[in-house]
Amino acid sequence: MAFAAFSSTAPPPTTAPPPTTAPSTDPAARRRSPVALFLLLPGILYLVLFFLTPLVSLLLTSFQAPREFGDIGQYDYAFRWQNYVEVVTTYWPHIVRSFSYALAATFFALLISYPLAYFIGVKARKWPLLQSLMLVLVIAPFFISFLLRTLAWKQLFSDESFVVQTLKALSLMAPEAHVTGTAFSVIFGLTYNFIPFMTLPLYTTLERLDVRYLEAGSDLYASPFHVFRKVTIPLSMPGIVAGTLLTFIPAAGDYINASRDFLGGTGTQMMGNVIETNFLVLQNFPAAAALSIILMTVILVIVSIYVKRSGTEELL
Amino acid sequence: MAVGAFADRGADLELVGIEKRFPGFTAIENLNLTIPAGSFFALLGPSGCGKTTTLRLVAGLEEPTSGRILIAGADVTNRKSFQRPVNTVFQSYALFPHMTVLENVAFGLRRRKIAGPVAKAHEALLLVELDHLAHRKPQQLSGGQQQRVALARAIVNRPALLLLDEPLGALDLKLRRQMQLELKTIQEEVGLTFLHVTHDQEEAMTMADTIAVMNKGRIEQMGEPQQLYELPKTSFVANFLGQSNLFTGPVVSTTSTAIAVDVSGQKIVVPLERAHRVSGEVTIGVRPEKVILHAEAPVQDTGRNVLGPGRVIDVSFSGVSTQYLVDVPGVGTLVVFAQNMVFGPAAHVGASCWLSWNVVHGFGLDDDPAQSPRFEADLDTKTIAQQRRSSLLTELEEA
Ligand SMILES: Nc1ncnc2c1ncn2[C@@H]1O[C@H](COP(=O)(O)OP(=O)(O)O)[C@@H](O)[C@H]1O
Ligand SMILES: [Mg+2]
Repeated sequence: MAFAAFSSTAPPPTTAPPPTTAPSTDPAARRRSPVALFLLLPGILYLVLFFLTPLVSLLLTSFQAPREFGDIGQYDYAFRWQNYVEVVTTYWPHIVRSFSYALAATFFALLISYPLAYFIGVKARKWPLLQSLMLVLVIAPFFISFLLRTLAWKQLFSDESFVVQTLKALSLMAPEAHVTGTAFSVIFGLTYNFIPFMTLPLYTTLERLDVRYLEAGSDLYASPFHVFRKVTIPLSMPGIVAGTLLTFIPAAGDYINASRDFLGGTGTQMMGNVIETNFLVLQNFPAAAALSIILMTVILVIVSIYVKRSGTEELL
Repeated sequence: MAVGAFADRGADLELVGIEKRFPGFTAIENLNLTIPAGSFFALLGPSGCGKTTTLRLVAGLEEPTSGRILIAGADVTNRKSFQRPVNTVFQSYALFPHMTVLENVAFGLRRRKIAGPVAKAHEALLLVELDHLAHRKPQQLSGGQQQRVALARAIVNRPALLLLDEPLGALDLKLRRQMQLELKTIQEEVGLTFLHVTHDQEEAMTMADTIAVMNKGRIEQMGEPQQLYELPKTSFVANFLGQSNLFTGPVVSTTSTAIAVDVSGQKIVVPLERAHRVSGEVTIGVRPEKVILHAEAPVQDTGRNVLGPGRVIDVSFSGVSTQYLVDVPGVGTLVVFAQNMVFGPAAHVGASCWLSWNVVHGFGLDDDPAQSPRFEADLDTKTIAQQRRSSLLTELEEA
């Protein structure tokens, strides 16, 4: 009533104000944009030079055809899309294996890293010294070459190693069984090598987690399990997404862990390994390029679906 | 805690010998408190006196160093917060940022499997006049709106015991009055028990059945608002709950009904039943609105205490009343509130005047006058530093 009376006596709305304010902000934006472009120039140049050019080159290579009467490794530019059909029919087990191994490694890395990051980022807040010490321990493996560490695991898992000998002596392993060269050892290696990439983003999110939200959840009758599921997990989603991406993407393309020289065997070859073989051994450059493009595309599709589904576009 | 149903009445709360020590700091010492079911209990005290800590102990978010907590007769000291029939309106709101306002409010209902959580959440939001913002995220609301969501999120659960930590602090006056009324209505309708923490003495006095005034981790005095106001027990209460004029002096004579105190040569009488101490050095006082300003020395009357002559040193007009500051030599500065019955002030700065009040309006404190400061509540760091220094000096002298 009061409102109605108020509006009936109020003067009719004027349309004047907006035009006076709108142009005043526009020129500023127009003046700013060339500067912004200029500042972006080094970045754009860098991307064009080191990302776009190789990508185009890779794409062109993937459609190349073998030179007529040429040597091994001699190809001409063409549009031989059959390259793709060939690599998929030949290497589909490797493609499937790559993504399943990467998925498994991401899953295990998350399983190990989340409690670890939670402890460092939330529980250890009272002891900053312990916090930094544990963070150093997470990063410490980076001080030793990735190859050396993987080789060390190969030694530990070899048939003559103390670990395997003991397991066999205790009849926990069949006498003729191996650890290296199995899916287990490859997934183990991938998990191990990518744990820091999972832990660090999780830590940065959990470190900022406001425990008052957890207390509020508990005050509203949520058991620790429910608080974790309904409050902690959603609030740490940015870290989970970042960590899983940083693990999954490189793990899918990894060729060290699955290599026969390291933890893999003939039955555990991943896409990275067949790309390597095609490129360096068989000199089948178009096949290697086609596989690379496939790997990239599949990762891109999986990642975009994942980011959309997890609803973290705005949080990233 | 019953799952799937609201509490049908409030529960009483009992704190027995609660003590809470943080590393190097005692936040609460020996707190004993009984809040009967269905009452509106206010915990009043300055910032940092341990109010939030007390609520956190009751909610189960903090463990007492010693002591027991009983809700509805059951010892809940070792129960986790989610197992206690208690909800809290947090001082920091703590609204879940990843949920909409509606989901925030429905959270507790869903956990307790109460039928129709969404409809009930809407009802609660209507109560705090925010239903039109039900689908916003908390970050998109103003501080006052967030505070009302926090209120709705706790109230919607109809807990047997509701803890409110300065729940109306961010609201403007009109909305605050309205929310106070709503809270009181809800509390009375269902007969729930409210433990309301505030530093706003007016809010405490208008809403609560019982007020406990807290200072430095201890309860200084507890009682009905009017009783607390009319008969404060300590100088802290006398000055935290409204203002007081306090004087110190030795008791010079005692009759069967009253004591007489010598205040810088002037005799002030206090009824015996209103004096907490009846011998030695005592602190006595009177509320500023009980004091009358006289332009000339009033005629002797055994029913009135008279102080004066003094000089008016400040006059401030505040609409319904005028506050005068009067300096009485040897006694100190007194505050007088006078209703504005006539236009303009009754006395001007510099005018000499006498003060008088009805003997029955005086009160005698329980404080040790040597320890309690004369007029100021000992809140500011300067006073504390001074006290520290003097106590250190006496210690040194004794040693
Ligand atoms: N976790 C804690 N560790 C150390 N001291 C604390 C902690 N929580 C509160 N305190 C201290 O306890 C005292 C009481 O705090 P609080 O209960 O929040 O006061 P209030 O709510 O009355 O303003 C304060 O001096 C505060 O610094
Ligand atoms: Mg507080």
